[in-house]
Amino acid sequence: MATSPNTSTTPHGAAKAQDGASSHMEGGEAHATLGGYVTGFLLSVVMTAIPFWLVMARPIEDGAITATLVVAFAIGQIFVHMIYFLHMDSKSEGGWTIMALIFTAVLVIICISGSLWVMYHLNQNMMPMGDMPMEHDGAMGGMSGHTDNPVNQIAPFGSVEEN
Amino acid sequence: MSSATNTATTPPEAFFALEEHEHAAGSSTMLGFWFYLMSDCLIFAVLFATYGVLAGNYAAGPRPEDIFELHLVAVNTGLLLFSSITYGFAMIAMQARRKALVLLWLGVTGLLGACFLGIELYEFGVMIAEGATPQRSGFLSSFFTLVGTHGLHVAFGLVWLATLMIQIGSRGLIDANRRRVMCLSMFWHFLDVVWIGVFTFVYLIRMI
Repeated sequence: MATSPNTSTTPHGAAKAQDGASSHMEGGEAHATLGGYVTGFLLSVVMTAIPFWLVMARPIEDGAITATLVVAFAIGQIFVHMIYFLHMDSKSEGGWTIMALIFTAVLVIICISGSLWVMYHLNQNMMPMGDMPMEHDGAMGGMSGHTDNPVNQIAPFGSVEEN
Repeated sequence: MSSATNTATTPPEAFFALEEHEHAAGSSTMLGFWFYLMSDCLIFAVLFATYGVLAGNYAAGPRPEDIFELHLVAVNTGLLLFSSITYGFAMIAMQARRKALVLLWLGVTGLLGACFLGIELYEFGVMIAEGATPQRSGFLSSFFTLVGTHGLHVAFGLVWLATLMIQIGSRGLIDANRRRVMCLSMFWHFLDVVWIGVFTFVYLIRMI
């Protein structure tokens, strides 16, 4: 009888102490500093200005390199915002915020890359239907070659009318 | 006999907590709000995926280079970035318990947010006047849904900001209001993070 309150309060006491520690940290109250915000802001300005300059002035002719750089700066800036503005670290709320973030990031990556992957292959396999409007406005360079082939031009129309 | 009483007395203690342990009011609010933001993040993930799939479906309609004004997007990005640091100043003022300064910086943040929304609505208006309406093509449908959802979040953030300023004005920097300022801070910075994705993947990549 005397031992049961003891065993039940020790974990609670420990949990409370932890709560107190994390609630002190939470919301960035403990580490929201002017220097942190200014650093984050300056980094963000640089990482925003460079991609806009890369696209608007086009100092690099190659589109693929430009796109890669733009995406790289975006990912970098997201990290800057997470650290300096949202005050993310592995310790806040006993690690639950970072766990939720990692879980969400995994879902986001699966959702976006999976959708793009599946729909890209679906588009390829549905080519006769899919490339009709594409040819019209010449969206895809590789497609224009097919217009020279009369079979490719006729087949889609035939299949559409049959349906 | 003695072993029987031992097993009879020890197990019940393990089955349930003797008392509900107390939480300070609002001690789990920040974590709960973070979970909400993560679920919001999934909404945007789906919309980004939709835009990624449909962005090439012009249906012989306007293409990104016909309708996107990168200068406006750059101005909007700057506005949102400035509003992030002014919100940071409000947080720092709140730590110093300076109510008037908090209200000032929140007001500046709201003003920048309103400018952002105004420019975005102007951009939408020009596009729609040119015939680039959401129903024109898959590209435009997904564009308006994604950017519009972000704009709607900013609009609700502004409503929240105005409400919060009134609450701080009448009640001061009480614990509940401080918690609300911190939640809105996460919301506001989160919207800025989403905007990084928008200006990169919706605008810049499509203009290369």
